[in-house]
Amino acid sequence: MEQNKYLEDISEIKNMMSRSSRFISLSGISGILAGIYALIGAYLAHSILVKNPLYMFSSKTDVTRYSMLNLNNLYFIAIGVIIAAAITGVLLTLKKSRESGEKMWDVTSKRLVFNFLIPLFTGGLFCLSLIQNEIYGLVAPATLLFYGLACVNASKYTLRDVRYLGFANIIIGLIATQFIGYGLYFWALGFGVFHILYGSIMYFKYDKKN
Amino acid sequence: MSLIDNINKAFDHRIRLGIMSILMVNDYADFNMLKEMLGATDGNLASHTKALEKETYIKVEKQFIGRKPNTRYSTTPLGKAAFKKHINALEKLIGK
Repeated sequence: MEQNKYLEDISEIKNMMSRSSRFISLSGISGILAGIYALIGAYLAHSILVKNPLYMFSSKTDVTRYSMLNLNNLYFIAIGVIIAAAITGVLLTLKKSRESGEKMWDVTSKRLVFNFLIPLFTGGLFCLSLIQNEIYGLVAPATLLFYGLACVNASKYTLRDVRYLGFANIIIGLIATQFIGYGLYFWALGFGVFHILYGSIMYFKYDKKN
Repeated sequence: MSLIDNINKAFDHRIRLGIMSILMVNDYADFNMLKEMLGATDGNLASHTKALEKETYIKVEKQFIGRKPNTRYSTTPLGKAAFKKHINALEKLIGK
């Protein structure tokens, strides 16, 4: 019947509009796993810090008094968490995009990655300069703030839900500026708990339906 | 005037519908992006873009990126208005 054809036309229009402007194959599970990695990382970092009360995120700390080994361990944990989260994210997104027939590396995903990386890269460099100037207390709030901004910026090119993850991280990033020395807890909340929450919401909203 | 009259014959094909949908939400799209999104062959896509260009619903810009020729498509105001009218007509026909 004619009516069916019109219905098909409309759904084709909607499908093309969303697929050409947004990358929608982000995996919810990868968000949950990224959050779990972050919590494990935070736990490991915490146990190092408790053993050697470094309080590296306190502006009053004289980092030079502490052994470089511990500082290096913290960097290793941070880098390990990032790499694990990135690999998991890419693999699960690849799987999901294959299932939905969407190309993983197309115009929309390139645009998404590019726009996500602008604030993130800026933030990374800014944090390096904070470390360089020994303003350690603001590193944790700054990472949360820039990560939040990156999410808000990227949300224009993917599922809108990423926007709320961004807002949440911006808010606790700002709050964290008032609690210098507790950076690790804010990290665990922002990168850990919020990711798990966001990933679960995405999973139940988009992945489970299909 | 019946509702059917608002259905635009120029959009009465899946590929053309796709081209217009993509260009409605993107400032522009190049040939390869359209091809990728629509899963069309070069010749097929070219004939449909030409048809839409003839109606002045879309604008074509040819340029070079480095040494590679690149064809960019975007909607004209006329094309946008015509497509909106077409969508409205489709929705009304379904709604009946």
